[in-house]
Amino acid sequence: MPESPLLAVRQLDAFYGDLQALFGVSIELATAEAIAVIGANGAGKSTLLKSIAGLLRARRDAIAFDGVPIGGIPAHDVAARGIALVPEGRGLFASLSVEENLLIGGQLKRSGPWNLHRIYELFPVLAERRRLPSTALSGGQQQMVAIGRALMSNPKLLLCDEISLGLAPIVVRDIYARLPTILGERVSVVLVEQDIVQALKVAERIYCLQEGRVALAGAAKDLTREAIAAAYFGV
Amino acid sequence: MVWINVILQGVLVGGLYAMFAAGLSLIFGVMRLVNIAHGDLIVLAAYLALVVTETLGIGPLASLILVVPLMALIGYALQRLVLNRTLGDDLLPPLLVTFGLSVIIQNGLLAVFTADSQKLHAGNLEVATVRLAEGVYVGALPLLQFIVAVAVIAALQFLFYRTPLGRAFRATADDPAVAQLMGLDNRHVFALAMAVSLAVVAIAGVFLAIRADFDPSQGPARLIFGFEAVIIGGLGSLWGTLAGGLILGVAQAIGAHLDPGWQVLAGHIAFLVILAIRPEGLFPKVRT
Repeated sequence: MPESPLLAVRQLDAFYGDLQALFGVSIELATAEAIAVIGANGAGKSTLLKSIAGLLRARRDAIAFDGVPIGGIPAHDVAARGIALVPEGRGLFASLSVEENLLIGGQLKRSGPWNLHRIYELFPVLAERRRLPSTALSGGQQQMVAIGRALMSNPKLLLCDEISLGLAPIVVRDIYARLPTILGERVSVVLVEQDIVQALKVAERIYCLQEGRVALAGAAKDLTREAIAAAYFGV
Repeated sequence: MVWINVILQGVLVGGLYAMFAAGLSLIFGVMRLVNIAHGDLIVLAAYLALVVTETLGIGPLASLILVVPLMALIGYALQRLVLNRTLGDDLLPPLLVTFGLSVIIQNGLLAVFTADSQKLHAGNLEVATVRLAEGVYVGALPLLQFIVAVAVIAALQFLFYRTPLGRAFRATADDPAVAQLMGLDNRHVFALAMAVSLAVVAIAGVFLAIRADFDPSQGPARLIFGFEAVIIGGLGSLWGTLAGGLILGVAQAIGAHLDPGWQVLAGHIAFLVILAIRPEGLFPKVRT
């Protein structure tokens, strides 16, 4: 475990109305570290990310970022502190062009390595299509816009919710190939994935959620396939 | 020549209707809020201008320097303190609350200013005319009103599609939750939208008050004209809203020329015909 974590989630419970989705989940993440949160559908992975991003209520001290408790503060405030979420299903703004989507990601004006120029360098195809409505792009290109938009805020922590969802394997490999560049800028990353193979390639540590609880945690290289499968499916 | 004059008058009045409609359209576009008190806020702006002109002894057009920012401030506060609390998945609460607001404004104005008709006086500007062609004259005031209306629509268009604030408006309209992830505080964005809407209302209110007598009960009729212009033009399209205002104005002018009693009726009929033929309006932009 890192000594002074960038992000510390401690005993987090989360609810949708009366339905409890997370039960005492604890995770930690160091600066410039990449972790993966894996698990089956409905295990609570997206709920965890939404809670960190401020879209769901949480106990104030259940989430600490840079040592400051931020559980349950408004999402725009969380974003201003340097946490960016690439939402599940991409969540691009349909009435904005590709470039406008990126610009609105940068509207907080946090300083850092990322700007329009760097994003177009990372995803050259977006530069050619920057004037198009975001809806005119292929699924993979839309995912690039969503990642670029999140990076434009120069976050210290990037939360990625199923960036491989609904994309062809070759496109997924293409997007994952850019992650080392992003990690090279000392951004910490939480990858939520169902595609375990991709997640294991990038992440140093793994948390496996099962029915709203952490079923398994450890360094990626120490975990056997069998242990992951057992935690994933609960067998 | 008579008909040219009639249509011209209609077009010029239509500009005013487009200004009634623009603020309404903007609010609906950004936060799906139907502001029933919109017409009463126009009348409120007219009274505000009345107080400003009488207290400071300045002309109604000069009073805009104060009335526009004041109304924008009222809009921001109204949204932050009241209307934001009504927004949600249900369309009914904001409808009911703005309806209540409409009643409060009307009766508040009645209590303070009585039911007597008032008017803003713009001096020579009211009677000056401009000769456009042989036998075609237009009043300087309606012409100015029309030019201002086009300028207001153009400015809103620019604001919406060329500025960071407009980008924030469109993003928040698309997906309020994701907009928050970009660091946008929805409550603040909505309040800014209402401030812009009421700034336009202020301009419309002052021109309304120079053009004709006004009293506290006139709001709902202005609301109807505004609604009709928005629907004719198509939801979400600002230039469509201008076109809607012009069509409504021309229809009313033609009706009034045929028989003075048909003015308002002709406008409603034009609205109903367009609603029947093209329910989505002439230049729709909203995807549903």
